[in-house]
Amino acid sequence: MSAQQVLFDAPGPRGRRNILIGNIVGALIVLGILAWVISALAGKGQLTAGMWTPFLESRTWQFFILPGLLNTLKAAGISIVTSVLFGLVFGIGRLSHSAPIRWIAGIVVEFLRAVPVLLMMIFFWLALGSSGSVNPEDAPLIAVVLALTLYNGSVIAELVRSGVHGLPKGQREAGMAIGLTRNQSLRNIEVPQALIAMLPALISQFVVILKDSALGFIITYPELLQFTRRLGVGEGNVIPSLFVAAAIFILINFALSTLATRLSVLLSFRTKGRKPAAKGSIALDASTPAPT
Amino acid sequence: MRTTRYAAAAVAALAALTLSACGGGDSAESEGGDAGGETVRIGIKFDQPGLGYDEGGSYSGFDVDVAKYVAGELGYTEKQIKFVEAPSANRENLLSNNQVDMIFATYSITDTRKETVDFAGPYFVAGQDLLVPTDSDITGPEDLEGKNLCSVTGSTSAQKIKDQYPGVQLVEQPGYAECVTAMGGGQIDAVTTDDIILAGLAAQEANAGKFKVVGNTFSEENYGVGLPKGSDKCEDINAAITKMIDDGAWEEAITKNTEGADYTYNAELNPPTPAPCA
Amino acid sequence: MENYLSLFETYNVPAAFWVNIQLSFWAAIWALAIGTVLALFRISPIPSLQLFGAAYVNIFRNTPLTIILAFGFLGLFSVMQISLASDLNISLFRIAIVGLSLYHAAFVCEAIRSGVNTVPLGQAEAARAIGLSFLPAARLIILPQAFRGAIAPLGNVLIALIKNSTVAAAGSVATESSGLMKTMIEFRSDLVIPIFLTFALGFVILVIPIGLLTTWASRKLAVAR
Repeated sequence: MSAQQVLFDAPGPRGRRNILIGNIVGALIVLGILAWVISALAGKGQLTAGMWTPFLESRTWQFFILPGLLNTLKAAGISIVTSVLFGLVFGIGRLSHSAPIRWIAGIVVEFLRAVPVLLMMIFFWLALGSSGSVNPEDAPLIAVVLALTLYNGSVIAELVRSGVHGLPKGQREAGMAIGLTRNQSLRNIEVPQALIAMLPALISQFVVILKDSALGFIITYPELLQFTRRLGVGEGNVIPSLFVAAAIFILINFALSTLATRLSVLLSFRTKGRKPAAKGSIALDASTPAPT
Repeated sequence: MRTTRYAAAAVAALAALTLSACGGGDSAESEGGDAGGETVRIGIKFDQPGLGYDEGGSYSGFDVDVAKYVAGELGYTEKQIKFVEAPSANRENLLSNNQVDMIFATYSITDTRKETVDFAGPYFVAGQDLLVPTDSDITGPEDLEGKNLCSVTGSTSAQKIKDQYPGVQLVEQPGYAECVTAMGGGQIDAVTTDDIILAGLAAQEANAGKFKVVGNTFSEENYGVGLPKGSDKCEDINAAITKMIDDGAWEEAITKNTEGADYTYNAELNPPTPAPCA
Repeated sequence: MENYLSLFETYNVPAAFWVNIQLSFWAAIWALAIGTVLALFRISPIPSLQLFGAAYVNIFRNTPLTIILAFGFLGLFSVMQISLASDLNISLFRIAIVGLSLYHAAFVCEAIRSGVNTVPLGQAEAARAIGLSFLPAARLIILPQAFRGAIAPLGNVLIALIKNSTVAAAGSVATESSGLMKTMIEFRSDLVIPIFLTFALGFVILVIPIGLLTTWASRKLAVAR
């Protein structure tokens, strides 16, 4: 961001005029695109009042949007907790003193990060469904949570690892000096500090979990998208319903992203003493969502 | 050090809070649902207008009407019925794991399915058909050459047409509603599945007058009542279906649920006589 | 084992992966182009463009890809009646590419912006000192360094894109791998684990070399400072 102010001089009279012209042209182009989209939608009868009034009725919210949102939050909430646990276990595993544990944790994490979440979801859904070991009614939720946990847990494991690597070496050395073992120092000194440093990146990952929970729609999990789709089927307003679902997701995720940015600013004093972290590390990630 | 621990604990507490807040609300709800004495759990579709559709707390459609009638004949009041969503892929599992007592969900009787579940009925004989815009001149699958056909993902009925008429362009969507929306925009020429499902879609208020069911069925689907293997309810359900047909409630249910769709069921095969129980 | 092998005669697994690769390839090119323009908007001196860039990124980054692809089919294709080819399935394939590109462009923009952040202030100041205005400074000084600094995050976006191309099944490209995997498991539910592992391995083979390559390239091309 700092680069932004220095990319151009404080504009003089001519510069200001050029910027003003650019500003107006830019605004016109943006408004033009918006107007085109709106007129195209209106031309197809998507913006008539009848398409949107269902969202003013309490029935719509009580029976479609809120139950859907609740299921979305349920799947995302459970997945967030299990992903963090998974991430801590495998993150510490990757930092372990013992080579076999490090290797196994490494292979598991790298494998799970490479497999698309949707493939895992479909797999667990069909495997659980045909195995008969769980209620068919619960299979979609379990599949969504398992898939989200395995993928996001692996990403969090990497966050834990790079967070610990980003700590000054003195932290571990101090731990050893007071007689802690390697693992004790990891658990009691390094990981707690890494957790705080990675908090903004962690919250960004929660946004990913919430977004990906919408994939549950494909395996019949009745989350927000599924419910709004059903509403759209009944009211004949599929597109307005999608807009409402998208708006809800954007609001929640935007709130989470903003929280992540605030936290990264708030916590930045803690990272000051640190040496520059490895490539693609948290410090970088945390600074990216900052709005201009 | 202390603040570090405190913050780490806060992370954990936040996470736990999220879980308990969401999980707690849900369990209370499901416990409340089961507390009403003896209930009958009936599997229906929740997203199939005209057959089984969740209106938000209440359910509508032909399958639902037949289910209510049959449940009534079996001695259950409407309050004792608990409707459960039965998506196509889960129907056998729901029955074999004893998650539902019966299923009314456009459930065709086939020999493969009979190996794992029992069937009562049929209560309706549907057939694969086409839904087209009102002004379309398509009258059957042979007119689809070079046209765009839409069906749901993994549907075998659509694939059959595609195999038989290679010139057909097939689009697969998660649900029929998407197909109908696309057809409303003119990008799709026909939607295919069982005629009564198509009639239900066409009968929706938002679609009134826009589409017609071609009425040239080219398969026979016997909709039965899915029951767990070895169920003793088959005879009673068949009697209830026969009674429903005889006293006119069956006809009334069809008319009510396909109103505005310009649809008549195949009168040669309907109303059906329930097959003897195994 | 024989059962498992015979599956490959019935179902063309490589062809399904090929669809994913094609989707990813075209979407990557478009996402890179759109994302670069957005990044330029965000660092430009023109407020309306800054605002547009920020709004775009915040909207697309926070919307589930499933919804964007559904919009592609229902909004662009069905309601606005935009056909990108006379052949229906090619048209839908291209609409899926549009959806994937629009979504990942937001992440490309953020990756490039993070690359811009790695460019030291002195570089921009030097560019100004020799009299370059915004666009030449961006084109000649900032972006070339920013791209080199952004290789690792851009690689992550590419990996995400390849994996996300499986969601195109929800956007009506039924021939790609997640759709085929579902069909195969439904056909042979006794082989559910081998089938899943086959597809998972396919993605591991696609994705891990890209990860290694971008890590290598980001070290190799890193601007020595």
